[in-house]
Amino acid sequence: MALLELKNVSRRFGGVRAVDGLDLAIEPGQIFGLIGPNGSGKSTTVNLISGLFPLTSGSIVFQNEDLDKLPTHLRLQTGIARTFQNIRLFGQLTVWQNLWVAQNSPADRAKRGFFSRWLGGQSGVREEISQLLEFSGLAHRQDELAANLAFGEQRRLELARALATRPKLVLLDEPAAGMNTEEISQLRERILKIRAQGTTVLLVEHVMELVMGVTDRIAVLNFGQKIAEGSPVEIQADAAVRKAYLGGDA
Amino acid sequence: MDFYFGLAQIIGVHTLIGLSAYIVLLTGQVSLAQAGFFAVGAYVAGMLTVLAGWAILPALAASSLLGALVAGAVGFPALRVKGLMLVIATLAFGEAVRLFFFNFDYQVAKGGVKLGPLGGEGFRQIRYFPENGWTTMDVMLFIWIFVVLVMAILWWFDRSRYGAVLRAVGEDELAAQSVGLNLTAVKVSAMTIGGAIAGLGGGIYAHYTTHIEHASFGILLATFALAYPILGGLGSVFGTVVAAIFVQGFLIEGLRFLGDWRNLLFGALIVLAMNVRPKGFLDAPTLQWIRRLFGGKSGAA
Repeated sequence: MALLELKNVSRRFGGVRAVDGLDLAIEPGQIFGLIGPNGSGKSTTVNLISGLFPLTSGSIVFQNEDLDKLPTHLRLQTGIARTFQNIRLFGQLTVWQNLWVAQNSPADRAKRGFFSRWLGGQSGVREEISQLLEFSGLAHRQDELAANLAFGEQRRLELARALATRPKLVLLDEPAAGMNTEEISQLRERILKIRAQGTTVLLVEHVMELVMGVTDRIAVLNFGQKIAEGSPVEIQADAAVRKAYLGGDA
Repeated sequence: MDFYFGLAQIIGVHTLIGLSAYIVLLTGQVSLAQAGFFAVGAYVAGMLTVLAGWAILPALAASSLLGALVAGAVGFPALRVKGLMLVIATLAFGEAVRLFFFNFDYQVAKGGVKLGPLGGEGFRQIRYFPENGWTTMDVMLFIWIFVVLVMAILWWFDRSRYGAVLRAVGEDELAAQSVGLNLTAVKVSAMTIGGAIAGLGGGIYAHYTTHIEHASFGILLATFALAYPILGGLGSVFGTVVAAIFVQGFLIEGLRFLGDWRNLLFGALIVLAMNVRPKGFLDAPTLQWIRRLFGGKSGAA
């Protein structure tokens, strides 16, 4: 049973079919790659799953629940977290507070009463947030304003913030954009650790070095349609994929 | 001495309406409705003590509650619009409230005198304080107890997760949604708390001036309400009180000796203050410096 299933999903912007009849099935525990040339509909797909705008047609099912009618914040509370292609942190909050405000999972809501969850101090949550800071290598920066972080640190914080919602599925929208080789290999380690903790990953990425090295399965989009799906090895050998990326009849 | 007590009363009430706008501004919403909630509080509290014979504390509790209810009710539809649209929507609400009281007559004969709101004439003889023998100092202290109380509550919010959530929504609504925050609930809660503070401030205002009329609750008051937290800085509740002291104490009273030139200088000094301290008197670096001075730890802004 797939964790997340997209059935014949389409999204039109005016006359443009950003996503066109897309079928995807992501199994629990997978690291699923979504690649394709610029403008092929990858980010739109992520935005549709997280509910930033409605589907034109089709359906998205997560854990047997149709997401179509759920507003964004409730989708995220069911266990889907995401990062953004252009980083969106709470710049004037500290690193620590960025993780604090993200604790909205059903588990977090069950653990503490309404009063202590909203108006209580920081004592009850220090342990969990320390772990996330440790995981992201940001422990020494916890009191810094998020806006003052370096680019790579901001990416790490955004990933940590997504994890603070205790997701079952995390959508990473080009997490390696603008990173150097060293940072990419750290990111690879982190993605593998996230999966090892039982979280499924949907990775939208341009950096092939990362995608090919870390994913179990890859789908390739071009002009909003899926043109190939398979293991990294299969995708690298696929003629349609080569044509989409290189053009002509390569 | 009474002059300074009177001035402290004005500053206290203006701090309250500034704080009511402060909590709404934290969520990134610019509301010109605060003067409307203030007016509701003023009329309700005045009518309760004068016409219904209530004591001041229950009357203030009622004005605060009603301010909260009205703000919550306005918040639901109004907060669906953003930016300039919200400014216009809340401005329209504020004017509607003012015009309502311009036309509102409810007079009752008491001891041969007719008391109560009388449309454009206003609502005179809200004489709870003088009738009970309160001195100017008593009233001033009474007002500042509430100012300190409200500041303490907001300061506590700021240190809690709720305060961080308010600021997160103000920073980036999309990101806030994507960590599972319900934007409507957060914004309406801030608006409701702001309405409670404005209603309380209005109730107090009605009693220390003893005479209220619709013209006092217009766009000028709504602008002042926004100006205090913006001028003072949104980093902390203390900015709002510093700005209220600066505007009411220094610019309005302190420069009175300049006569007609005061109004000119008033505007120029506000522009100057905003240029020198673009993020408010108590901006983030200043607050961080103060916190280090007192050996503070991580967390609240």
